[in-house]
Amino acid sequence: MSHISPVLWQFLVKWLTNFALFPPEASKIAPQMDALYFFMVLVSLVGLTIVVLLIVGFSILYSKKRHPEAVQIEGSTLLEATWTIIPLGLFLIMFVWGALLYFRIYTPPANAMNIYVVGKQWMWKAEHPGGQHEIDSLHVPTGQPVQLTLISQDVFHSFSIPAFRVKREAIPGRYSSVWFEATTPGTYHLFCTQYCGTNHSQMIGEVVVMTPDDFRKWLQGSTSGHSLAQDGERLFASLSCNACHNPRPDARGPNLVGVYGSRLTLSTGQTVTVDDAYLRQAILNPSQNITQGYAPIMPTYQGQISEEGVFALVEYLKNLQSDYRIQQTLNTTVLPANSEGNAAGQAPAAQKAGGQGEVQQ
Amino acid sequence: MSAATIVSLPDQATARIPKMNFLSKENGLLSWLLTGDHKRIATLYLISITFFFFIGGALAGLIRLELLTPQSDLMAADTYNKVFSMHGLIMVFFFLVPSVPATIGNFVIPMMVGAKDLALPKINLLSWYLYIVAGGMMLYTMATGGVDTGWTFTTPLSTHYLNTNVISAGLAVFVAGFSSIFTGLNFIVTIHKMRCPGMTWFRLPLFVWSNYAASILMVLGTPVLAITLVLIVLERAVHIGVFDPAMGGDPLLFQHLFWFYSHPAVYIMILPGMGVISEVVSTFSRKRVFGYTAVAFSSVAIAVFGFFVWAHHMFIMGISNYAALVFSLLTMLVAVPSAIKIFNWAFTLYNGSITFETPMLYAFGFMGLFTIGGMTGVFLGATGTDIHLTETYFIVAHFHFVMVGGMLMAFLSGIHFWWPKWTGRMYPEKISQLAALITFIGFNFTFFPQFILGTLGMPRRYAAYPPEFQVLNVFSSAGATILGVGYLLPILYLTWSLKYGEIAGENPWQATGLEWQTQSPPLTENFPEIPIMDHEAYDYEWLERQQRKEVASV
Repeated sequence: MSHISPVLWQFLVKWLTNFALFPPEASKIAPQMDALYFFMVLVSLVGLTIVVLLIVGFSILYSKKRHPEAVQIEGSTLLEATWTIIPLGLFLIMFVWGALLYFRIYTPPANAMNIYVVGKQWMWKAEHPGGQHEIDSLHVPTGQPVQLTLISQDVFHSFSIPAFRVKREAIPGRYSSVWFEATTPGTYHLFCTQYCGTNHSQMIGEVVVMTPDDFRKWLQGSTSGHSLAQDGERLFASLSCNACHNPRPDARGPNLVGVYGSRLTLSTGQTVTVDDAYLRQAILNPSQNITQGYAPIMPTYQGQISEEGVFALVEYLKNLQSDYRIQQTLNTTVLPANSEGNAAGQAPAAQKAGGQGEVQQ
Repeated sequence: MSAATIVSLPDQATARIPKMNFLSKENGLLSWLLTGDHKRIATLYLISITFFFFIGGALAGLIRLELLTPQSDLMAADTYNKVFSMHGLIMVFFFLVPSVPATIGNFVIPMMVGAKDLALPKINLLSWYLYIVAGGMMLYTMATGGVDTGWTFTTPLSTHYLNTNVISAGLAVFVAGFSSIFTGLNFIVTIHKMRCPGMTWFRLPLFVWSNYAASILMVLGTPVLAITLVLIVLERAVHIGVFDPAMGGDPLLFQHLFWFYSHPAVYIMILPGMGVISEVVSTFSRKRVFGYTAVAFSSVAIAVFGFFVWAHHMFIMGISNYAALVFSLLTMLVAVPSAIKIFNWAFTLYNGSITFETPMLYAFGFMGLFTIGGMTGVFLGATGTDIHLTETYFIVAHFHFVMVGGMLMAFLSGIHFWWPKWTGRMYPEKISQLAALITFIGFNFTFFPQFILGTLGMPRRYAAYPPEFQVLNVFSSAGATILGVGYLLPILYLTWSLKYGEIAGENPWQATGLEWQTQSPPLTENFPEIPIMDHEAYDYEWLERQQRKEVASV
């Protein structure tokens, strides 16, 4: 290749070896999605070929040179019915096939491992239940369904992993979720695909898919020392949630042990199933989510807890199976409160809030 | 004339442009600025939308230049965001929406229905002034720093997180919306009330039908956009909190409101273009449009269904799975009338006597590219594949195939088709055929690679991208330069033809529409006397009999 300038040659080699035409398939849903995609490509190609053949064929057969006199035709109900019904049928097949995929992608299985993801200008923060925090990357094992619970702290973002063929919008003020099961270890692109301001195109990262063994090692090597639920427990105590939400008979708030997944009747008479989204609402917007039989006295925590904090609380409540530890914290905090609040000045923060609550009563 | 063309021009040695016509009637700037003549207003529109098209086009050129390399090196990310936002806003609201209806529609609809003018000439002028005011506001927005919301004004980004000229941009679009409402209103009234004797609904040219459908969309849809923009402005200026989750608002509500207009807006843009294609395909194959009624009703069907598919822009945004199901199904239904039209046009060619002048070449381009654009719309309308393809370059390619490959091709087809009527002179045929070919090739080079980029997952609105996407982006940018040449050529030779083009005479294409049965350029009153429609639309036998009669009487 001596006649090509070496610089240009280098450039072309580098360029063309680093040239993608189709994304890798690295999740269980990817091949299913691609099957529909190629079916659609096939239908489009056939349709396009028919249209082009009609145009070119008629243009040759009935050009003015060859066919100087047009023959007027009104139309043909039969033909028109044909090209109404056949496309309609094909579109309906695509609709059903697509809907099956859609429901599969947006309906997480019960055994999925949950990872919480917060989107903010311009980064992705992932919180593993084991207390591993990640920024702009996501480590997941193969062969294990992983559910992402997404929220945005500011504007709309969108969490897209092309190699998995999944994508979900991270919405300010509400949870959304998506799941996948990775199949091939490797490193894949993570994009924010919803335009979110200046550094939208820097809101990228990588998804690292590992074998279950490697993933276990990674989990052990990256832990922050305490799990997300432990973070949540600490927050639960420091915000004095336990002052009301405790197992004592005169507690002013409902006991939260085992509340996750149960059905609650609200003061409005409505029944709800307690899930992540409901817990978030109840913490940030309590006055509209009062459990029946309780007074609407809970203050809002809007603006006081970060989305990561809410995630920690939700994770904590999800795993709250016994009130033993709440009882323990209560015994240490309630004592000074019983002495009519005169210790309020010196008491630690958690005690202080609890104590004042008592006094106002 | 050789057998390969339908063009029949008067003897150039003796032919003259008629002394009295709408262009020569009055002179001076004021006679243009205060005119009530739909043809003059159409001319004003033509000049102004061409101006905005070239601004939008220059911005598109900057986008493609930046995307030559993976890094954001030509401009900073903020600048890039402003450039694509302004490109979108200008192209959608200042070119695509008014392109065919306000120029070609304004020019030919009154003549097609056999009327002297639109029903409300002053409202028509007002609508142009609103367009100019809105355009001025948009230019002001651009000159004072631009806006970087994207053309979609997504909340809460637009209301709380950006410090660019969101308010002036929003108000500009608000005002432009009224221009579009008034045009739509004018068309509806005209088509209902001003048809000449004998012009029944099913004798109307299909161009009128499709503009009628688009007008209904304009009148019913645009007010929703206007309200939405007012809410954006209020939210930004006085924090009313409708879309702000921190104040109990719902950002998804904005998406619903915005797409309730902006999806039908897609049909506002494409339906008039479909009307042009019907006229052109019929004229150059010397045949009545195959299945006239089906084509007419498919326009109406698109307009009706078009209002019930908006949430297909929100499949991944957390609407309920069942809502997604319903909107996906309705989206599939709206795809069918478009398929019907394509096949009806193709079969119009059957047994015709076809010639290949420039408008016809653009129409062929439309049919091919719109088929691709429409089919890829089905990829996005099916909920499953939408998850992977939405918000990527796939969607960029899809709507450019529909809007540029479809609408712009139709617009250029129409401009060439009615140019002789408008100016009284022919455009130069050979070079314009070449321009049509260049546009087609350049278009495919520019936008086809973007389907592959989107399938790879490259997100839209990215100033920088991973290096393995570069090859396809270079293809796309290279194609854009070819496309640019394709768009510059018509400007040059059409301007040239104003003075040096051959005299066209009344009916150079031997077309059947009423607008072709009067002098070119037409009188201010369009016809010497109100015509009487005594035949069906696209009745070429009637035209022949008419011409034989004239020859006999001479």
